[in-house]
Amino acid sequence: MSEDSNEKDPLQEEQSQSGVSRRDFLKISGISAAVPLVAGAEVVTADDKKVPVYGPGKLAMEFTINRKKYKADLAPRVTLLDALRDHFQLRGAKRVCDRGECGACTVLMDDRVVYSCMVLAIEAQAAQITTVESLACGNQLHPVQQAFVDHDASQCGFCTPGFVMACKAFLDKHPKPTTEDIRRGVSGNFCRCGTYDGIKQALAQLARKELRHA
Amino acid sequence: MPDYAWPDAEYRSLIGKRIPRVDSPEKVTGRAKYTYDVQRPGMLYGKVIRCPYARAKVLSIDTSSAEKMPGVKAVHIVQQPGQTIFWAGDDVVAVAAIDELTAEDAATLVKVEYQPLSHLVSDAEPPGDAGGPPGSMGQDDIWDLTDELSDEEVIAELEKRGVQFKATPAVLAQLRKFKMPDAIVDAIAKAPYRPLEVEDQNSSSPYQKARTIVQGDPDRAFQEADVVSEGLYGLSVIAHCCFESHGSVMEWPDSDHLFTHMSTQGVAAIGAQLAEPLNIPAANVRVHQDHIGGGFGSKFAVDRWHVAAAQLSKKAGGQPVRIMLERDAELQVAGARPSAYARVRLAAKNDGSVTGWQSQSWGTSGPGGGSSPPIPLVFAIPNQRKDHTAIRNNIGPGRAWRAPSYPQGALITMCALNDLAAKLRVDPLDLWIKNLDLASRQATTFREELGIAAQLMGWKQKWRPRGQNKSGSIARGLGLSIHNWGGRGHACECDVAIHPDGSVDIKMGTQDLGTGTRTVITVVAAETMGLPVEAIHLQIGDSQYPSAGVSGGSSTVGGVSSAVRRGAVDARDLLFSKVAHTLSAQPDQLECVNGMVRVKNDAGRSLSWKQACRRLGAMPVTARGSNPAKHQPPDLTGSGVGGVQMAEVEVDLETGIVQVKKMVAVQDCGLIIDLKSAESQVLGALIMGISYSLFEEKVMDPTTGRMLNADMEFYRLAGLGDIPELVVHMMTGKGYDEHGVIGLGEPPVISPGAAIATAVANAIGVTAPFLPLTPDRVLHTLSQKAGA
Repeated sequence: MSEDSNEKDPLQEEQSQSGVSRRDFLKISGISAAVPLVAGAEVVTADDKKVPVYGPGKLAMEFTINRKKYKADLAPRVTLLDALRDHFQLRGAKRVCDRGECGACTVLMDDRVVYSCMVLAIEAQAAQITTVESLACGNQLHPVQQAFVDHDASQCGFCTPGFVMACKAFLDKHPKPTTEDIRRGVSGNFCRCGTYDGIKQALAQLARKELRHA
Repeated sequence: MPDYAWPDAEYRSLIGKRIPRVDSPEKVTGRAKYTYDVQRPGMLYGKVIRCPYARAKVLSIDTSSAEKMPGVKAVHIVQQPGQTIFWAGDDVVAVAAIDELTAEDAATLVKVEYQPLSHLVSDAEPPGDAGGPPGSMGQDDIWDLTDELSDEEVIAELEKRGVQFKATPAVLAQLRKFKMPDAIVDAIAKAPYRPLEVEDQNSSSPYQKARTIVQGDPDRAFQEADVVSEGLYGLSVIAHCCFESHGSVMEWPDSDHLFTHMSTQGVAAIGAQLAEPLNIPAANVRVHQDHIGGGFGSKFAVDRWHVAAAQLSKKAGGQPVRIMLERDAELQVAGARPSAYARVRLAAKNDGSVTGWQSQSWGTSGPGGGSSPPIPLVFAIPNQRKDHTAIRNNIGPGRAWRAPSYPQGALITMCALNDLAAKLRVDPLDLWIKNLDLASRQATTFREELGIAAQLMGWKQKWRPRGQNKSGSIARGLGLSIHNWGGRGHACECDVAIHPDGSVDIKMGTQDLGTGTRTVITVVAAETMGLPVEAIHLQIGDSQYPSAGVSGGSSTVGGVSSAVRRGAVDARDLLFSKVAHTLSAQPDQLECVNGMVRVKNDAGRSLSWKQACRRLGAMPVTARGSNPAKHQPPDLTGSGVGGVQMAEVEVDLETGIVQVKKMVAVQDCGLIIDLKSAESQVLGALIMGISYSLFEEKVMDPTTGRMLNADMEFYRLAGLGDIPELVVHMMTGKGYDEHGVIGLGEPPVISPGAAIATAVANAIGVTAPFLPLTPDRVLHTLSQKAGA
């Protein structure tokens, strides 16, 4: 898109005012001071606080994912989702909306459910990351996964890994959910094919059987 | 003569049962691989620079800075200076770089100058005097005309108006394949090519009136009517919003062979479409796809970005190039269900028989304008006058969306009948039943289904006249709709092999859209060979396998089931011929049951499946199964299904919020192969229906011409909390099974909008004309009613 054409054009202005896109801004603003693992960062003072500045080049980063160590040189703007998918071949988490609206990229950071498209990889270094790939042991499915199979809770399947993670985390926190809890519990995840009925049945069955394990 | 016929109910061990989807374990573990997940060695990432204007001329393109950027491997201009762009978000330039972030950065360095032109993104009712002559025809227009006119009349229209598309041999072959009469195909080949051009749009009106269609004597029907009811109804444009966006990975193993991983609804057919713009033989294109993250009718075509990825790969020396659309592009340009609106008048007698239909309809499918909806749906009202105006605007191209035009047709038809029922002060269920004879072929099915649905809904206990079921600010209502569809199986082939070690493999160039295609193929083969589903090794999703039709129009399940049944019977019979002498029997005396090959009615003379297969010696036996196979009856697939849906809603009269409390779907689809995935298909359709009834709308900004809600926060889909009790009843057994296997992708998604809209009308006392029934629309309707 042209940066030097008609200045009165609102569309063109929007593009040229800042070199930072909305997506980049969200990601930059998410970095907190609690990112200690990268050595040698430049430090600046902002709002009377010392704030390390990383990038724009690549940095050596380390992660703990599914109890294994992973290392990669990544730019600070790389999201946790893209690190998982593009660098560590963990492609169960899916990129759909890329801005924390649909839940297809749901993973756990420690015990917290996160949209991995909204977490920068650099922020995720200190956490224990758990992805859908860790749930099954060989062909032995996790109870949540088995319940999804039993209740035909996937159609095209693209939202399924995110839903499985969201349901697991929900049941870990709410072992005996009511129907109303189930209605709200995974409302941060969306499906296009319309598998919600199967997901509801799967959650209801798990709530009854209490088959869950951590 | 091989016995291809579907086994009778008492001999079925798998068909018609609830069999778990065979690919569920892959999907729940994240192991299922989609095109989006493909990472090829040395793969480059492509990004597309998109036009920010709804209509503009490209003045100049400067790619020099992007080309110089380290990490950039190829730049390709998709639309040259001088070309006109017809919708915001259309592809102009594509770049490929070593990683995604570099590609994103490079895209910002491409400079494109545009001359913005006037645009139209509204699909509001055309002014009374609007309407130019009909312009050149798209393929949809031609199909529509073939339904309404004689072949000679269609040919005359083609000569006069010309066609919008290039009538290439591949296009003509496709039309023939879909049974377009030869004389019309020949006329298309000769018709003048008149693409939609900027000058064309400037000089002529965006409103294109179609020919008035008259059946019977509508004037007389309205003169002699006891009751005439009038109303305005319609549905907005919605997006397909596939979770796996459109896209592909393209690579050139050598300079004239293309290998692509592509998210497509037609693995076998898409190669020929792709070959043409790349100027290579279709035989040199290989297409592969394991899983697809949604299509819904939007992934039939080769889009600009697919060709761009192939061109970028070529420029980069054949290295794989991946272009998958970002979410905003996916919503802006990769799928729009055409809108349809209509002012309808109905004529009826006091006894409720409907005698006349009159409609002025309009709608858009973007630059092509689109075709008129099938109204009235199901009910062949004897006297009709129909006018339709297509609006050619700049919202982006419309695409087929499950049951193209039928949800629109159902909404307009059922809402109009529902208003008539209110005027006649009768229960709409009774009005529907009264007029079922107009549904000719499926009248018996509908009658049976309406009875079952009414019982499952508790219709007679719950139904109240309009606006008379309130407590506090909550109003309750019931609505219903009925629908029909074809769904005959498409042409397809498969290879079935039985190996000496007892393993069975099937290869078929079909695709599983999440509908359960893998499961039904496996179930049919396992049933035929008396084996468990786990014994069947199935490979689909590659253009190197025997060809299968595109997954559209609910044609897949009938096609693949029939082809695999035939292939499996033939392969099994070859095995019988090899082992018959061992069992001292004739081949036609043998059967396969429970993992055994045995003599019919003599369980003592048997071999285990493995023992039997060992008799094959060194070579497997293989057979090709085909659908259709007209020289070898019986016909294993069929056409023509009916369904009934009912909705119960609650409307908060203070906030305008509509909540669906319960839905019932009763659906026929001939012989059901896997009851579980059939039920899931209907449940999914109800849920998608709730979504388009209450939430979904592609909102366009009239000033900039851009889509305002091209993200998933403001392009709202129904969530789990929006889904009520859903009751699905499949019609099976005698009277249904003998119709053969019929598709189910479209039928159940036709009626939800109509069922919900008529329920809301019943609740609030007046029809809210347009879907989605958002709170503002409901409140607006209520305030108009109060003011009236």
